[in-house]
Amino acid sequence: MHTHLSNEDLSFKAEVHKFLKDSFTAEMADKVKNAATYKEGIIEWQKILFNKGWIAPSWPTEYGGTGWTDTQKFIFDNERASLGIPFLNPFGLKMVGPVIYTFGSEDQKKFFLPRILSSEDWWCQGYSEPGAGSDLAALKTKAVRDGDDYVVNGAKIWTTNAQLADWIFCLVRTNSELKKQQQGITFLLIDMKTPGIKVNPIITIDGRHSLNEVEFKDVRVPIGNCIGEEDKGWTYAKALLAHERTAIAGVADCKRELGLVKEYASREFEGGEPLLQDLNFQRRIAEIEAELMALEYTELRVLASVAAGGSPGAESSILKIKGTECQQAIQTLMMDVAGVYGSALGDYSDSDELGHDFGIGSRVKYMYGRAATIYGGSNEVQKNIIAKAILGL
Amino acid sequence: MEFELSEEQTLLKDSVGKYLADNYDFKSRQELVETALGYSAEHWNNFAEFGWLSVPFDESVGGFGGRIEDTALICEQFGRSLVLEPFLANIILAGGILALGGKNDLLAQIISGEAQCAFAGLERQSRQDLFDIKTTATDKGKTYVINGEKTLVQNGSVARHIVLTTRTAGDSRESGGITLLCLDTEKIELERINVSLMDGAKVANLRLENLEVSKEALIGKVHGGAEILSKILLEARIAVGAEMVGIMDVLRDKTVEYSRTREQFGVAIGSFQALQHRMVEMFMAAETSRSMLYRAICEYQQDEDTAPATIAAMKSLVGQKARLIGEEAIQLHGGMGMTDELDIGHYVKRLMVLNHLFGDVDATYRDFCKASYVGA
Repeated sequence: MHTHLSNEDLSFKAEVHKFLKDSFTAEMADKVKNAATYKEGIIEWQKILFNKGWIAPSWPTEYGGTGWTDTQKFIFDNERASLGIPFLNPFGLKMVGPVIYTFGSEDQKKFFLPRILSSEDWWCQGYSEPGAGSDLAALKTKAVRDGDDYVVNGAKIWTTNAQLADWIFCLVRTNSELKKQQQGITFLLIDMKTPGIKVNPIITIDGRHSLNEVEFKDVRVPIGNCIGEEDKGWTYAKALLAHERTAIAGVADCKRELGLVKEYASREFEGGEPLLQDLNFQRRIAEIEAELMALEYTELRVLASVAAGGSPGAESSILKIKGTECQQAIQTLMMDVAGVYGSALGDYSDSDELGHDFGIGSRVKYMYGRAATIYGGSNEVQKNIIAKAILGL
Repeated sequence: MEFELSEEQTLLKDSVGKYLADNYDFKSRQELVETALGYSAEHWNNFAEFGWLSVPFDESVGGFGGRIEDTALICEQFGRSLVLEPFLANIILAGGILALGGKNDLLAQIISGEAQCAFAGLERQSRQDLFDIKTTATDKGKTYVINGEKTLVQNGSVARHIVLTTRTAGDSRESGGITLLCLDTEKIELERINVSLMDGAKVANLRLENLEVSKEALIGKVHGGAEILSKILLEARIAVGAEMVGIMDVLRDKTVEYSRTREQFGVAIGSFQALQHRMVEMFMAAETSRSMLYRAICEYQQDEDTAPATIAAMKSLVGQKARLIGEEAIQLHGGMGMTDELDIGHYVKRLMVLNHLFGDVDATYRDFCKASYVGA
């Protein structure tokens, strides 16, 4: 039993670290932080990775992947997180891209994949509906064949960054006569510029706008934009869910955030002592840090079994729940370190007007962070899945 | 990166597992608890014959030359069957301390299963702190004269050889003046007060009054005990953690299995979502504990600097998860979980005892915080 990296992996790690550190500039970081320039900043960064050939590590090499091992992908993501570099837009690169190269037609691959890699298209995801959240298969947005088009009517909700998107991939109902509600669902790619699409912003509890409702009124979608077979879309969507099985707990990002908590707690004073020296506070950090240390090894266990050619064991099923619980616990600590200063609206990160520089960060992270245990299948749904699939209940 | 067992480890795990499955069912285990010895001399001899007692010891002293991960493997299997034989006290603690101190004359007998040893590390005032020692050993030229009391000595009621912490200098909590001695109880008058613990263990409080022993009793260097104790504490925490992880897996599996067969309101109680989610919490607690144990083992073998803090964090985290799993196992077994007849309560009692050995949740969190945040 050991966690040593091979010499190859060690030099890979050094190479990745150097490239990321040199390439992700402070200006880019500022752009990404600001809602008005977020997309511009991310695209600028994605293009740098694209030119380096590192934009899509998980894709097969024939479609533009890097050919890295799972360990190398893990190292890359860890280095990214440790440097505080944000996630890329996942909807094209991690979600619809793999569906297109796995189930799409040759024409679809030729058209869409290069545009995803080069950041020409910004994608969003149309899964949830006002009446279909955790019970996703209850979705009702309808697509009816009319000549060479589908005519789509209905609404999608909680659509992240739809206001920035060029394309949306959607699950729509094409058949309501079939026995199970999972049948009769079709996977469609829809151009956001098509007439009849309306994006309504949803302001979230962090005061920001990233979520939307997307309405479809008689939206015409060419039948060539259907992935695979009509009525089989659920199968493709499920395969997509299973696609990213390793390194999804976000441990590296949590480690960085916990490091920030400790840093802030060492310069916040209470009763003349740094908060970090308070025994109660130490105990609270310690419990979360211990969970995180364990979670990191759960990730490594999953990674090691995949790297050895096996499939991930039962432990992989806990990554989403434990990862999001850790994230939220750290956000709570951060909010508590910031105290009432953390409640200040506006961005005080670059000024001493407020007296503290927590300003926007702790509040936005805490409030928006509530979403992590809701999206991607709520943690309660995850527990149902573990009970059934792992415990056999 | 590697977490799979090697071929040799698989053999070891399978041989321990098979022997216990064939010879150590719960009923015979409970019969052993009722005997005066509290365990089976025959099992112990078999453990020796199979080479399990040799695993932690270096090849140069007749051992197998295993690493801590091999020892942990045995402890985990022992936990699964609630093994009573004193592997922890005799092999890991007493044997480990003798080996670290270079006092090799007893090791052959320990490995062959002939010598029964105990480790006396606790005192009334010390709780679980091995470094809080008031028992004195006074230098009388050719002998030491020992005065003090040792409490809850595991394997202490029957062991012939007692490895003992004493103070040869300094105040009770100073690490500088600790000296380790090995007493042969056939050569001295030792007062033992035998106590049975709720996990079936037979322990003893030892009264040491003006006991004069030859200086041959010395293990390692005079005043040099702290270094050995620090190392053995890490190994003991890993061994206990591994045993706890073994027990937690069993409690989780037995609870899930029970919920599948127990029917109420006309259906298996495992079909209720309220109970399913509690069992998922148990499952996650067991997997999280296993991951943390692996981390503790890897860092012990790879990184001297971080290992002590990580092993302390492991003991706390595993202790917290053990509480959850133990209490949930009883709750989900309902009235049956309350019975002495069912094994569930006995697994929980062993977990409770292990939880308090070598630093409970609070004490090990204090260790971790001190190492991680104080002065940061």
